Amino acid sequence: MSRLAVPKTYKLFIGGAFPRSESGRIYEVRSAAGAFLANAALASRKDARDAVVAARAAVGGWAGATAYNRGQVLYRIAELLEGRRIQFIAEIEEQEGVTHAQASAQVDEAIDRWVWYAGWADKFAQVAGNANPVAGPFFNISVPEPTGVVAIVAPQDSALLGFVSAIAPALVTGNAVVVVASERFPLSAISLAEVLATSDVPKGVVNVLTGSPAEIAPWLASHADVNALDLVGAADLEWVDLEIAAAETLTRVLRPEQGPDAAAPSLERIRAFTETKTIWHTKSLK
Amino acid sequence: MSFLDYAPAPESRSVLALRESYGLFIDGEFVEGRGTPFQTISPATEERLATIANANEADVSDAVAAARRAYDRVWSKMSGRDRGKYLFRIARLVQERARELAVAESLDNGKPIKESRDVDIPLVAAWFFYYAGWADKLDYAGLGANPRSLGVAGQVIPWNFPLLMLAWKIAPALATGNTVVLKPAETTPLTALIFAEILQQADLPPGVVSIVTGAGDTGAALVAHPDVDKVAFTGSTSVGRQIARTVAGTNKKVTLELGGKAANIVFDDAPIDQAVDGIVNGIFFNQGHVCCAGSRLLVQESIHDEVVERLKLRLSTLRLGDPLDKNTDIGAINSREQLERITRLSDLGDAEGAERWTAECEIPDNGFWFAPTIFTNVQTSHAIAREEIFGPVLSVLTFRTPGEAVAKANNTPYGLSAGIWTEKGSRMLQLADQLRAGVIWANTFNRFDPASPFGGYKESGYGREGGRHGLGAYLAPASSSAVSGGRGGAQRRVGASDASPALVSAAAGAEASAAGADAPAPKRVRATRSTRTAKKGAAK
Repeated sequence: MSRLAVPKTYKLFIGGAFPRSESGRIYEVRSAAGAFLANAALASRKDARDAVVAARAAVGGWAGATAYNRGQVLYRIAELLEGRRIQFIAEIEEQEGVTHAQASAQVDEAIDRWVWYAGWADKFAQVAGNANPVAGPFFNISVPEPTGVVAIVAPQDSALLGFVSAIAPALVTGNAVVVVASERFPLSAISLAEVLATSDVPKGVVNVLTGSPAEIAPWLASHADVNALDLVGAADLEWVDLEIAAAETLTRVLRPEQGPDAAAPSLERIRAFTETKTIWHTKSLK
Repeated sequence: MSFLDYAPAPESRSVLALRESYGLFIDGEFVEGRGTPFQTISPATEERLATIANANEADVSDAVAAARRAYDRVWSKMSGRDRGKYLFRIARLVQERARELAVAESLDNGKPIKESRDVDIPLVAAWFFYYAGWADKLDYAGLGANPRSLGVAGQVIPWNFPLLMLAWKIAPALATGNTVVLKPAETTPLTALIFAEILQQADLPPGVVSIVTGAGDTGAALVAHPDVDKVAFTGSTSVGRQIARTVAGTNKKVTLELGGKAANIVFDDAPIDQAVDGIVNGIFFNQGHVCCAGSRLLVQESIHDEVVERLKLRLSTLRLGDPLDKNTDIGAINSREQLERITRLSDLGDAEGAERWTAECEIPDNGFWFAPTIFTNVQTSHAIAREEIFGPVLSVLTFRTPGEAVAKANNTPYGLSAGIWTEKGSRMLQLADQLRAGVIWANTFNRFDPASPFGGYKESGYGREGGRHGLGAYLAPASSSAVSGGRGGAQRRVGASDASPALVSAAAGAEASAAGADAPAPKRVRATRSTRTAKKGAAK
């Protein structure tokens, strides 16, 4: 005997909560074959601003956590992802219309990539930092610090792997992110948000918007309280205009990438969302 | 004559053999410029020093073409060891001609000879020495093995440290295998042109460094030139914004060193005498023409009056006057235009209700001068506490708790530098963690060293200069070509990579413009570069 399924309502993820869009708007998400899958929230300018406010409030705590602690939290996400593997595989199969094997490979790669980045949390400063041998009686050290609030247009052609590849490197050093999910495949991003919400990630550290990147990204690019802009998935947008808007507040910009290697795991992706702070202190026996 | 007065002790100008006029330095030779020549003057006397050529767009194109030729044919093929030897030669020649350069710098810029002689020029030599040693060690820069140079660097520098900024730009660019077209500021071109003579003495291959003099138009033409791969700029935040807009959508990699409004935070347990000297050095060094100047003094309330009193006493002993006099502490403001800006912003301080105190100084009849000035009773909302004045003007604010000090210090769109004065190490370290600034000086201020990265957070610009970090601005990560090759084939494994192929970064990270080689080109890249980049990637 068949049973009637209970469909899931997908919402936004802002400040640790799952609100609907304040605009009340939704859009239809359909499978590759054209079947109705779900209504996703169509985020508005106000949602984007709320997400930036939540991210700003969260930066201090997340950046201030010990690197060891951040690494633990990030690894915990991988654990939970692994536990919900089947759900993500099914979701990706439905959205992208790929085979079970392809969807499995994507989920496995996403989990492994997450683990790789988690391990960087307490190592990056050692690789990117310096004790500087200046010519004088000074203690001089350079350390990387998170840039702050990073707005991301996630890769558009990948439901989960692209999303994970974009947010993980920004989170490693203590940034908070506002990320616009893939417009066509937004469901896995919200399911990942459910993972984040139950995995010790402080609220506001990750904020997920679903909807139209073309509509939302300009507000994020010109927002004065956004410190960096990752346009990895913005190749199909008027991204030069976004970069020009970001120039107004000298927001750091990463340009679009395309192809299967977009947002490939790299130290540079972590470094791109950090600043180097150099501290001088006098030495004396006084 | 008060007991504080010394007899004048001017440095002799005889060591300096100025030419009547200077051309542009392009492809290893001095050539005429096609723009209307201009005069460079001494800001202390308004005396004409020399006639300077003005580069128009065609001249800039010539210089970029020479740089491209030199890059393709000579410099990118030279071993790092030999590149390094050229830089060592330059460093030695700078040391040999140090006195001449110091005199020229003080004449043209207006800064006291004791600063150009003891700070600027020694640091210039140090910068070339430091980066000379990197030229054959780039595999160890933290960017992976065999990092790639970018190509032609267009560099635009300001007037406050004319030769030092030249060294900050040229030394790392050459060490990493790039060629350079540099535009010095129009009010201070002299030492760059003497430096061009040094390049001739060093027998640096033609075109590896070209120097184009001119004003904003010349700089804009250089930044916008389609054959420039890398833009490096030090100057105002407003020009930095324009540059960020200009390069948007191109494959140019950019570093910007822009303005600042540094907080210099003094706690009640600070060694007051050292702190007062540090405050003076922080804001009155180089007439306050320093992007990282400690222009906002945050004093703990309980010691405010004492600090301000001692500060006034100290300032009363500073000597303002002839930049070539070895006793001079405060030289001339660099230009009439800058003097007007300082005057206008200071008047705004009066209008907004801050209290002005000015050291008693005899202001010379000619030239541009502004006596050391302190504003007390300044509020965070005042223009003098928010805008970069870039002159010898200090705004004094107070705080009660460390938390308040942090909040006030960070209350600015800038984030270049900050100072902390306290004897308590744990407090210093905690505060340094919380301040959003690229350089923190604790119990000292305005220290520079080629081994120490320098650069800002937020609207103070992006990228770092100096140290190992400074190399990243001129290199693309190693694995570009290897990864490009792998794009069509095997999927790269997680963890196999430690350097990004596909990151085109305007931030502190590195760019792999060659990613555009095999990868589908990002839409709307104002093309032209991608094919050339591809070729270069392949050639390497």
